[in-house]
Amino acid sequence: MSNEISDKGYFGIFGGQFVPETLMSALQQLDREFTAAWNDPEFHAEFERCLREIAGRPSELYFCKRLTEECGGAKIYLKREDMNHTGAHKINNTLGQALLTKRMGKTRVIAETGAGQHGVATATAAAVFGLECEVFMGTEDIRRQALNVFRMKLLGAKVVPVESGQRTLKDATNEAMRNWMSTSENTHYILGSVCGPHPFPLMVREFQTCIGIEARQQMLDVAGKLPNVVVACVGGGSNAAGIFAPMIDDKDVQMVGVEAGGRSMNLGDHAAPLTVGSHGVLHGSLSYVLQDGDGQTAEVHSVSAGLDYPGVGPEHAMWKETNRVRYTSCSDEEAMDALIKLSRTEGIIPALESSHAVSEALKIAPTLPKDQIVLINLSGRGDKDCNEIQEILARRK
Amino acid sequence: MKDNRIINAFAELKSAGKKTLLPFFTAGYPDVETTGGILHDIEKRGVKICELGIPFSDPIADGPTIQASYSAALDAGVTLQKLFDMVRSYRAEGGQLGLLMMVSYSIVFRYGAEKFCIAAADAGVDGLIVPDLPMGEAEAFAPLAEASGLCNVMLIAPTTPEDRKVEIAKQSTGFVYYISVSGITGERTKLPPETVAAVAELKTHTDTPVCVGFGISNPETVVEVCKAADGAIVGSAFIHRINDAVAANAPREEIVANVGQLVSELIAPLA
Repeated sequence: MSNEISDKGYFGIFGGQFVPETLMSALQQLDREFTAAWNDPEFHAEFERCLREIAGRPSELYFCKRLTEECGGAKIYLKREDMNHTGAHKINNTLGQALLTKRMGKTRVIAETGAGQHGVATATAAAVFGLECEVFMGTEDIRRQALNVFRMKLLGAKVVPVESGQRTLKDATNEAMRNWMSTSENTHYILGSVCGPHPFPLMVREFQTCIGIEARQQMLDVAGKLPNVVVACVGGGSNAAGIFAPMIDDKDVQMVGVEAGGRSMNLGDHAAPLTVGSHGVLHGSLSYVLQDGDGQTAEVHSVSAGLDYPGVGPEHAMWKETNRVRYTSCSDEEAMDALIKLSRTEGIIPALESSHAVSEALKIAPTLPKDQIVLINLSGRGDKDCNEIQEILARRK
Repeated sequence: MKDNRIINAFAELKSAGKKTLLPFFTAGYPDVETTGGILHDIEKRGVKICELGIPFSDPIADGPTIQASYSAALDAGVTLQKLFDMVRSYRAEGGQLGLLMMVSYSIVFRYGAEKFCIAAADAGVDGLIVPDLPMGEAEAFAPLAEASGLCNVMLIAPTTPEDRKVEIAKQSTGFVYYISVSGITGERTKLPPETVAAVAELKTHTDTPVCVGFGISNPETVVEVCKAADGAIVGSAFIHRINDAVAANAPREEIVANVGQLVSELIAPLA
């Protein structure tokens, strides 16, 4: 299978465990425990129960009738991850990792968050399982995502503001890793994407594959065939990995990952490492990163806090180099236009992150015949972004 | 490895029955000239081996003190090339300290691992500590360091299982860096009580010198760790000293002198 991983945690040449020695025993423990759990039918049964009863899975497959008519090409379908409890795909992963936390006998979880979706999903899972929870969040993101900050607190989590660096997702990740170094004995780090050191990229992908497994079957049930193109937005890459991986061996299914093109494609103005970055090491794995010639992490920008990250999961780097997935980007403006379009044609306000995937699908669909299918992973809903959207629209006038 | 200043220094210390202080400085903080001045000054005060932290945008093993100094150095325009040049000048001026660069693998990888080792050795560096290249990932890198005549110092944490500790000590060259606490760098007033025993235990398995770092900031803790260890590594306490001087707008000579004074206080009990 093309998404196999080596014993040492490499996807092709990408991945690995580039972390301080202090974290190695926690990572080795996690690797052992995850492998054992994932081979345990009881764990699977419990995870599936959580996905059903807590996350509200399976999420619907939705045909965009009016949007398809407007585009005048391929049929556009949405995988409705925005309908999940807490509003995005993030809950799939946090429920899995919270279950694993209980299995390891740990009592506290920590997480990093950008848009706050992963923080809310972690706080939710922590509440469900009675775990102590701290979420690290850059102060710039705290400003942009005030509603999610409040939700996390309401759910009983402590939100730790991070003042270092650009005060966004990358810096929150640094702080979470630092915290984990001194707390791993009783604490599990619920990393929110397919990034970081092994086994996180593998584990998070596995917890998110419910998206693609369901979508694949739903397409067969509804349309009698698989989609021609699957489109997903890529920040760290967890929703994309979750929908891509179960169809990666379906060779006729094209896959497109959409990164944040931000204001321009100049370094510092976007968050598109797969589109224009280079090989590098960040947060424990070798993948594509945005950095300067000295290896210093570059500044990044995106209208969406969840994509505002200079790295990407190592499996995506492999998929890029094997040409299994095409990676591209869309600008802040294009994402906003797509957000408005989906809102007005289908009554669905997508998250700014997911709007990047919608934008690319709107470019692809008109170029394809009407009997073809474009499937968008609608990874989250836009409620959290409404303040930000209001500000942007006010500036546009 | 012959004629490596770090290996030679430990051999001399051993035959003299002495332990040593390994100061850590952020290279290029507050500026490259000050770091150069500090190297010459501390050499006169009896330091044999010194660590230079290469500023990095995302140092996950470092606490707020070192992290802030890294950011300040980068904001002031420090580059890898300027730091190699500083070491080269220090050697040209006759400096004989054993010099280690503590550098993230992000930086090494970007430069090219082999090219980095060659450039560092050529500038006059004697060893590397790559804190995010643990055993399991370091196997391809160690021969490159050795080929350039550089020690590759590896780290052991309190969380490292016993058999892994012994294996790391076997692979580490120059010395073994024993991290005293599970966590990030920074000053602490007391060492965990089990540190000395753990180092003593490790030393029964290896002839490679063992130095202890993280959380050491006063003469008492230096003496304490050196009951078992061959050296005490002190970092954040020096950065604090520099911060205070920078905040008071002290001239370069005064920063160097303030740092030197702390070096003398910390090294005195080991004389």
